Amino acid sequence: MRLDQRLIAGMITPGTRVLDVGSGDGSLIDHLYRTRGCDAQGIEIDMGEVTRAVAHGLPVVHGDADHDLAHYPDNSFDYVVLQRTLQAVERPREVLRQMLRIGEHAIVSFPNFGHWELRLKLLLNGRMPNTAVWNTPWYATPNIHPCTIRDFLALCREDGYRVHEWMAVDEEGERAPWRRSIRLANLFGEQALFLLGKGRSASRGARLKRS
Amino acid sequence: MDQTVIAPAPVVEHERAHFPEGLTLDCGMTLAPVEIAYRTYGTLSEARDNAILICHALTGDQYVAETHPVTGRRGWWERMVGPGRPIDTDRFFVICSNVLGGCMGSTGPRSPRGASDAEPWGTEFPPITIRDMVRAQHALVRSLGIEHLFAVVGGSMGGMQVLEWATTYPEMVKAAMPIATSAFHSAQNIAFNEVSRQAIFADPDWHGGRYWEAGVIPARGLAVARMMAHITYLSEDALTRKFGRRVRKSDGTPNQPCSGGSLSMFGEIFEVESYLRHQGSSFVRRFDANSYLTITRAMDWMDIAAESDGDLADAFAGTRTRFCVVSFSSDWLFPTSQSRTLVRALMRAGANVSSVEIETDKGHDAFLLDEPDFDRTVRGFLSGVAEHADLPARVRGGAG
Repeated sequence: MRLDQRLIAGMITPGTRVLDVGSGDGSLIDHLYRTRGCDAQGIEIDMGEVTRAVAHGLPVVHGDADHDLAHYPDNSFDYVVLQRTLQAVERPREVLRQMLRIGEHAIVSFPNFGHWELRLKLLLNGRMPNTAVWNTPWYATPNIHPCTIRDFLALCREDGYRVHEWMAVDEEGERAPWRRSIRLANLFGEQALFLLGKGRSASRGARLKRS
Repeated sequence: MDQTVIAPAPVVEHERAHFPEGLTLDCGMTLAPVEIAYRTYGTLSEARDNAILICHALTGDQYVAETHPVTGRRGWWERMVGPGRPIDTDRFFVICSNVLGGCMGSTGPRSPRGASDAEPWGTEFPPITIRDMVRAQHALVRSLGIEHLFAVVGGSMGGMQVLEWATTYPEMVKAAMPIATSAFHSAQNIAFNEVSRQAIFADPDWHGGRYWEAGVIPARGLAVARMMAHITYLSEDALTRKFGRRVRKSDGTPNQPCSGGSLSMFGEIFEVESYLRHQGSSFVRRFDANSYLTITRAMDWMDIAAESDGDLADAFAGTRTRFCVVSFSSDWLFPTSQSRTLVRALMRAGANVSSVEIETDKGHDAFLLDEPDFDRTVRGFLSGVAEHADLPARVRGGAG
């Protein structure tokens, strides 16, 4: 299991209902079931991964974030998780809306397009940046909706989601030290991880400061 | 097909449960008495919590995992059910019964009308539904002292029964595995069934369904019905792979339409024809035409959504059963699109659902054939539910 999956698991209260959107081989739902007693289910687009997960006894349904979240009833989960996928869905705003319709909380991670290396490479070369995280050429990338940490926060503000927790994470999934400043996190964080809740956040500064 | 002498099937005494009080059917009629022929494999645990009911398809029967006493062939799911198999009889107590309306020992059109009337029901056998079949299975399961089924598993028409179990007796079913099936019978499938039935009606030996009076069976009609249906169980790719355009060369005649030889224009020229004719002729030995009519009609009536005012999700509302819906990529009789309709309804109902489409070119019949990913799916799903339910890996004790 990747390190950031451990960070995600740490955000989840034991014994709750969890939907992992894009559950892959099912390692997160397996971990949540075995170590946290969660009723964890997955939804995954790759049929090979679905078959592997079900063959390991994990409840995983074949489907995708863009088209299938709409079928779940309101508030059917305590947490809906979307790992490193938001940038690759067709309609990220709608996916977020669905996640917070069917779940009390949404946990979202995505690669941060605001990272200094990307900014510098675009500035110096004038070409689409190619880094360890963003490593497919523009014509082949599945990442059709890249965003920065600040872009994501702006969307949360616009759509009225509460940011309960946020952190910058490096590519290996280790938590990065940028905890105080959004701007520094946006410059140095390779990945971002958010715990969102329903309802309009009261004050941006107060909400975003980590305890 | 040439009129061939049909060797009578051996007379076999099937294991049966008797229900003298009978069953009230969806049509309103009470059918009594009712007998249900069944087989069990493995040992029922002391807690009676390890029973898996397997539901057979249209032309299957209760002989899942042993040599068939009538045909002498292997059990139809022997590769899936047995010690150490995906449905492991070292762990689970497996039950399979011949469906109501069938012809392998359960009450059906060939059964006498009553204790005082030796005349068979024939076409006057009451119209039954998939839910009626399930009610009969429910009576059997309860008569075996089982109050909760660990799982109900079945493919094709067996999968329809799984869905009826999950909606009619939801509190009794911990896990449901509907395979290569649908919550409703499509217009195309009703159409195929209708062609099958018309083939039987068109046989001069049909005698209005009272063929026993003439001492014959509508073998040609039933064989044509089976041949046509068998095509729908395969796929174009599977037929091409198995037979292609190969011609029969047993007498050495060349592969030309005008080559003369002993093959007539309408004899068995292509291998695929020979295969289908064999399927047809071996089928009529073991299957009753009136049963075929009764059961195909039961499938046609299948529409779970209609039982809940048109919304399939409502039929599963509040379910606590864990589902695993399986389809096969080349199945055009019960295509993946129909499984997806079912899965989405289960999602809307808030059910715990897994879904897998197995990549194969074998068509609908793939659920009976060697498909390693399918085996892993069955084994994994059942193990996962067993782990949730704290069911031991081997039966502890016996219910005696």
